[in-house]
Amino acid sequence: MSYQDKYEMVCGVETHVELATKTKIFCACTTEFGGEQNTHVCPVCLGLPGALPVLNREVVNLAIKAGLALNCEIAEFTKFDRKNYFYPDLSKNYQTSQYDLPICKNGRLEIEINGESKSIGITRAHMEEDAGKLVHSGESITTSDSSYVDYNRAGVPLLEIVSEPDMRTVDEVIAYLQELVQILDYAGVSDCKMEQGSVRFDVNVSLRPLGSRELGTRTEIKNLNSFAAVRRCLEYETERQAKVLNKGEKVIQETRTWDDSQGVTLSLRTKEEAHDYRYFPEADLVPLKIDPEWVERIRATLPELPAAKRERLKELGLSGYEAGVLTSSKAMADYFDRVMQNYADAKVVANWIMGDLSALLKANNRSFEDCPIKPYQLADMLKLIKKGDISGKIAKTVLEEIYTGGKDPAVIVKEKGLVQIRDQDALEKIIAEVLAQNPKSVADYQGGKEKAFGFLVGQVMKATQGKANPELVNKILKEKLQIAY
Amino acid sequence: MKTIRKSLAELHTLLVNKEISSVELTGEYLDHISEFEPKIRAFITVTAEKALAQAKKIDQKIAQGESIGPLAGIPMALKDNLCTEEIVTTCASQMLREFIPPYNATVTSRLEAAGAVLAGKLNMDEFAMGSTTESSAFFLTANPWDLSRVPGGSSGGSAASVAAGEVAYSLGSDTGGSIRQPAAFCGVVGLKPTYGVVSRYGLAAFASSLDQVGPLTRTVRDNALVLNAIAGYDVLDSTSVPFNKPDYTQFLENNVKGLKIGVPKEFFEHGLKSEIAELIKQALKTYEQLGAEIEECSLPHMQYALPAYFVISTAECSSNLARYDGVSYGYRAEAEEVIDMCETTRAKAFGPEVKRRMLFGTYALSSGNYEAYYVKAQKVRTLIKQDFAQALAKYHVLLSPTTPTVAYKIGEISEPVACYMGDVYTIPVNLAGLPAISIPAGFVDNMPVGLQLIGNYFAEGLLYRAAYAFEQNTGYYQEIPALLREAD
Amino acid sequence: MRIKAEDVEKLALMSRLELTEEEKAAYTESLNASLDYMHSLTKLVTDTVEPAVHVLPMVNVFREDRVEIGLDHKQALANAPEAEAGSFKVPRIV
Repeated sequence: MSYQDKYEMVCGVETHVELATKTKIFCACTTEFGGEQNTHVCPVCLGLPGALPVLNREVVNLAIKAGLALNCEIAEFTKFDRKNYFYPDLSKNYQTSQYDLPICKNGRLEIEINGESKSIGITRAHMEEDAGKLVHSGESITTSDSSYVDYNRAGVPLLEIVSEPDMRTVDEVIAYLQELVQILDYAGVSDCKMEQGSVRFDVNVSLRPLGSRELGTRTEIKNLNSFAAVRRCLEYETERQAKVLNKGEKVIQETRTWDDSQGVTLSLRTKEEAHDYRYFPEADLVPLKIDPEWVERIRATLPELPAAKRERLKELGLSGYEAGVLTSSKAMADYFDRVMQNYADAKVVANWIMGDLSALLKANNRSFEDCPIKPYQLADMLKLIKKGDISGKIAKTVLEEIYTGGKDPAVIVKEKGLVQIRDQDALEKIIAEVLAQNPKSVADYQGGKEKAFGFLVGQVMKATQGKANPELVNKILKEKLQIAY
Repeated sequence: MKTIRKSLAELHTLLVNKEISSVELTGEYLDHISEFEPKIRAFITVTAEKALAQAKKIDQKIAQGESIGPLAGIPMALKDNLCTEEIVTTCASQMLREFIPPYNATVTSRLEAAGAVLAGKLNMDEFAMGSTTESSAFFLTANPWDLSRVPGGSSGGSAASVAAGEVAYSLGSDTGGSIRQPAAFCGVVGLKPTYGVVSRYGLAAFASSLDQVGPLTRTVRDNALVLNAIAGYDVLDSTSVPFNKPDYTQFLENNVKGLKIGVPKEFFEHGLKSEIAELIKQALKTYEQLGAEIEECSLPHMQYALPAYFVISTAECSSNLARYDGVSYGYRAEAEEVIDMCETTRAKAFGPEVKRRMLFGTYALSSGNYEAYYVKAQKVRTLIKQDFAQALAKYHVLLSPTTPTVAYKIGEISEPVACYMGDVYTIPVNLAGLPAISIPAGFVDNMPVGLQLIGNYFAEGLLYRAAYAFEQNTGYYQEIPALLREAD
Repeated sequence: MRIKAEDVEKLALMSRLELTEEEKAAYTESLNASLDYMHSLTKLVTDTVEPAVHVLPMVNVFREDRVEIGLDHKQALANAPEAEAGSFKVPRIV
């Protein structure tokens, strides 16, 4: 029995996304990932006495951009506040964040679920700094006798995007997150590298009896770092809550943590302390006034977003599925557009990108971001196929050659002698030889065994190392086989 | 007169004319420090070696015929909440007893660039919280005019060192009067600039929206010269103001004809010692004789300034001092768990006054109290700003006593609120962010009395002019503590 | 409103200050004295007054997004009470 028989899930998500700046939010340290521990630090992000924050302009630009991409209102007046709490990864023991006047609010995005479109509200999005990283000496935080603090991440700019509790199924949550991450990726707001922790999710989830309009007691599960983790976590947590409710007990409102190895959520019991963050305005920073011109300047830099791109691809004759796959990452969608500039057959381009090229990249553990085959090279190769210079089959070899050697397709075809044989006389001569060498197959065909024809075609291709033009081979073979031997 | 009691301009001339070298001058000051420190105890750290090295560099410049700035080669000292690279910076707290900053405060860098010779770091109330320098975790500093009295605070070491002639000038910080009150108590000139005129970068924060760094000097001209070196926009401090910094010495004119002086009546209440009131009346007469126009005025919300200040400063300090947790620098108490480590570290390394203020600040920011205390205090701040704006629309400067009493006896002040009462005339100025200067205005019971002049935003120049005229026509600055006379 | 000893305990936890029983009692008394002193403030009617966080009406102060070299590794760890493997070492978290 599943929870869905009796209950409806209500879920909202807080997404923390690292903004794609070169430097931290309040100091000039690099945001580069990796690096030896505590090497991307300065007095400001270490929270040394007397150090003061100065806001990175690009953080505001990107926050506005994200807000516009998510259909938010951009605040004309916004400010930073301090969120006070003690934790060893927080160098100042307060996080500089935004409280009552976030930079973005009242947005939304559309998800598609079972062919139906649904709007998910974005309550707000605000700028804040990331904390440092704790590494524990033992197996986990609970079994270590000491921990190590690395402040390289401290002060990396984040945008926290808070959704309305609009999602009712796990699929909706995943669709929302995928769409959100895709939009942020397209807008260039974040590099969205989930494996590097560029995007993290806190989910708020509760159950209520089917048909009820009241909200149930929710739990918050913090710091999920992949779609898969969110899915598994929600599947577990909904069943857990259902069990609690089925027993007639109450769900406790609390923060829980996701243990990925055990596949369970666990209560985070800390020393008794009422959560009182004592937010108050950050006097070390001055407020922001964002005039309409600034917003419009940013709007002008917004690229086509995934939803619009998908629509455009469908108008080019692609299926919804194809449009969806091609726009699943901005790099792939951009690649498609660039190939299309030189070879405007959407179906063919889509097939090659989604098929052979994707497979080739996957096999080499690469993505469209660093695809060694330039879009014009793929387009040139498709032109060679169309012209009949190479066959589709040869093209696969050419593709691999471009991938490994980087040479242009025409060069490869010429150097490797891959040009199709379309010379009627030459082919007739080769075919005559093949027929002479395979009298049995000829007899079989003439005796009504259609299969033998395929074998003979194969023999011709073999003799020509695949370079024979297939249509021409078919035509000549048929003519020759009709002549009685 | 001993060399070390000369003005900055005089010392500069001596250096440029090669009548004395910077190394010699620095040596004289260091000798003087050695002689007087056992009695005064203004210094937490004396940086003799570094001072002589810097002096040597300046001497080389002079020898090579390079021109040097007005502060070059002359010894000074900094309040120990201003960061100095490779020199321990303690904030007079056990918490930072061994803390060596890897960077310089902007004012430190600017003075260094001006060729100033850093002689050491000065005692203060712990994290600048106090009015007597008695809350220093290390030792008491004595008032050079009477060793049984406090120098004031929190920049007590800054005022005492200048009054005792141990340095030519010093820097302090002023959150509610911490430059002006000790300047008054020690008979020196102390300026709290307009909020945003001097960078706070590298000043260990007490209350971010109130703190300002400023000079303590023997004369008004010296003060203007030091402000010239430290004032001005700093990209590292978001609250630093980009403004056209004038040469402040250009305002030093012995002329106050037509200067309109407002005298806020609220600044003559709150237990003002009658002899001080009398001295201030004399000062007003002096100004009148010099051609200034005097008028009584009112700042109706001043009675709310102290409670509002208490809320804002404690709230900000509770957050600003949260960083001292034993994790990455400063004192650490050993414990099995990090939370115990942090709680014990803070319990052991902070003094009682700092703890009391952090607890109240935490209270004022807690949910349920935030609106009633913190927001209310910020609103009072608006009212106080408005009061000053109205008065300063009518008058060029406002004049008041700096403090209601002369320097307290050591140990006299134990009850905290009474201590704030001593800051009753200085605190409103910080809430409004205005500039104010305290200058010597005479003596009561052989102890110096300070006169406070408050100006409009960025009107430091006008304050200097008004202060200079008074100084030149009274000459109180020429008086020196008996201690120094005996030593001569 | 009076501050009780339990309130002080809570404030002490939020401020990460371990207090002895005597200190708790002393701070309870001294915080209440401060509260009494705030009385005039709480009585003042300020419904139409805007709070002032900053004294000057400054807005939009920025730094450009350019990397500058910060502290070197040694400097960063120089004041560490305990450092190991390039990191600040702290006791067990929970």
